Amino acid sequence: MTATEQSLLLFGGVLAVLVLASIVGFALARRHASSAPNPTIDNLNSRIKAWWLMVIVIGLAFAFGKAGIIILFTLASLAALREFITLTPTRRGDHAALAIGFFVVLPLQYYLIWIEWYGLYSIFIPVYAFLLLPIIVAVRGDTRDFMGRVAEIQWGLMICVFCLSHVPALITLPIPGFAGRGLLLIAFLVLVVQSGDVLQYVWGKLLGRHQIAPRLSPSKTVEGTVGGILSATLLGAALWWITPFSAWQAGLIALAINLMGFCGGLVMSAIKRDRGVKDWGWLIEGHGGVLDRLDSVIFAAPIFFHVTRYWWTP
Amino acid sequence: MISGLCASVITGLARLVTGVRGEWRGCEPAPGTRIYFANHNSHLDFVLIWSVLPRALRQVTRPVAGADYWLKGKVRQLVGERVFNAVLIDRAPASQEVNPVTRMIAALDDGASLILFPEGTRNLTEMRVLPFKRGLYHLAKAKPDVALIPVWIENLNRVMPKGEIVPIPLLCTVTFGAPVQVAAGEDKSSFLERAREALLALAPEGRDRP
Repeated sequence: MTATEQSLLLFGGVLAVLVLASIVGFALARRHASSAPNPTIDNLNSRIKAWWLMVIVIGLAFAFGKAGIIILFTLASLAALREFITLTPTRRGDHAALAIGFFVVLPLQYYLIWIEWYGLYSIFIPVYAFLLLPIIVAVRGDTRDFMGRVAEIQWGLMICVFCLSHVPALITLPIPGFAGRGLLLIAFLVLVVQSGDVLQYVWGKLLGRHQIAPRLSPSKTVEGTVGGILSATLLGAALWWITPFSAWQAGLIALAINLMGFCGGLVMSAIKRDRGVKDWGWLIEGHGGVLDRLDSVIFAAPIFFHVTRYWWTP
Repeated sequence: MISGLCASVITGLARLVTGVRGEWRGCEPAPGTRIYFANHNSHLDFVLIWSVLPRALRQVTRPVAGADYWLKGKVRQLVGERVFNAVLIDRAPASQEVNPVTRMIAALDDGASLILFPEGTRNLTEMRVLPFKRGLYHLAKAKPDVALIPVWIENLNRVMPKGEIVPIPLLCTVTFGAPVQVAAGEDKSSFLERAREALLALAPEGRDRP
């Protein structure tokens, strides 16, 4: 099969699942139409609707290849960083550093990925931006809570830009015998991690009894987490044919990125609890903000990138 | 026609940059003559309120703005009068030919709703809201049937603090509270303080680092 045929098959499969989900959602809404309004079903249906939109947007980006994916993730980073900084207490003296973060560091990181300069994009934010930002804040002369302010801006850039940019960076990996198929690696990562989220939600709603992290995420259950991660691992193994991995390798990698994704959800929940909010934003109906949807991908992407790079590139 | 298009472009841009969301906490976006009174940190405050009003309401809602700012320069004048359809008032009492409250009452009588910033000027201090000017009280007394709705604009002061030239994109929220009225026998200063507190009550915990 060519890469295009594999992509089409993959999208066909995703669309079939969405059609099925929409039918189930519609049937549930019909059956409960007469009784009192059911927030769980309403939320389920708005989530499914948002999934349609997200799948269409990702599909369009795929159709435009490398440029489409890089533009999509540049915009996703912008939206994510905007949500992150909105909930971060800042002072007037942070403004210049924030403006440089948004309008210089972020686009430059994606430009470096566009020109496939691995040696720089893999250290640009952790080294250069890391040192530049405190300099800019220091020059403005406001020393109040200096360390905390700088660290939060750096952390925002690491999470929302650096880590997330490792998704499009997958295209740049020179894997022998896999030339021209980089987009499929992205599809594998996004599909496995996002279906992990969905399956954890589904298993949790069906069987969930025992909370797994009551103080961080009251809705996450042991049953949902185990069931979701295991079934997404199986899905990853079943998708080996779009990757350079064998079936058992694909399964192991799927397990690793799902565990990272789960932990990402916990970490980002801890920040939300501290800030006293339930969601990062309101851009995606039923899901909350962009960061609510991407937290798992953000934590999984760099690990997936480096595992693949270490073992599969010369 | 062209000014309507300009208004749509401006509110569209504001929505794109700030992802602004309207939260109708104490009232509904219903028709009827209203005075929205809001906190004032930026020249773009009323654009955000506009952006979250349904189109039909937006078309009849006019910002009240200082003539000294909006009559300076041809472009600004054109934008202020044609696009924003602002009710321009003279803020310096010495030169006032027409009482600002009279202007506003005339606009209300024409069926317009108003966006008013009772602090009188942009708040660039550390205080969350400055004391209110007395115009709001006189309006409330003169037009008791017009609903006075407090509107809190959150975050726009962080998008572009005083003295900065580059705005940073942050999510903004516009929260509409329950209408306030002058109670029987209530004097000017206690009404103004109560209205100010109704506005402050809508403010979330600040994200400005103390």
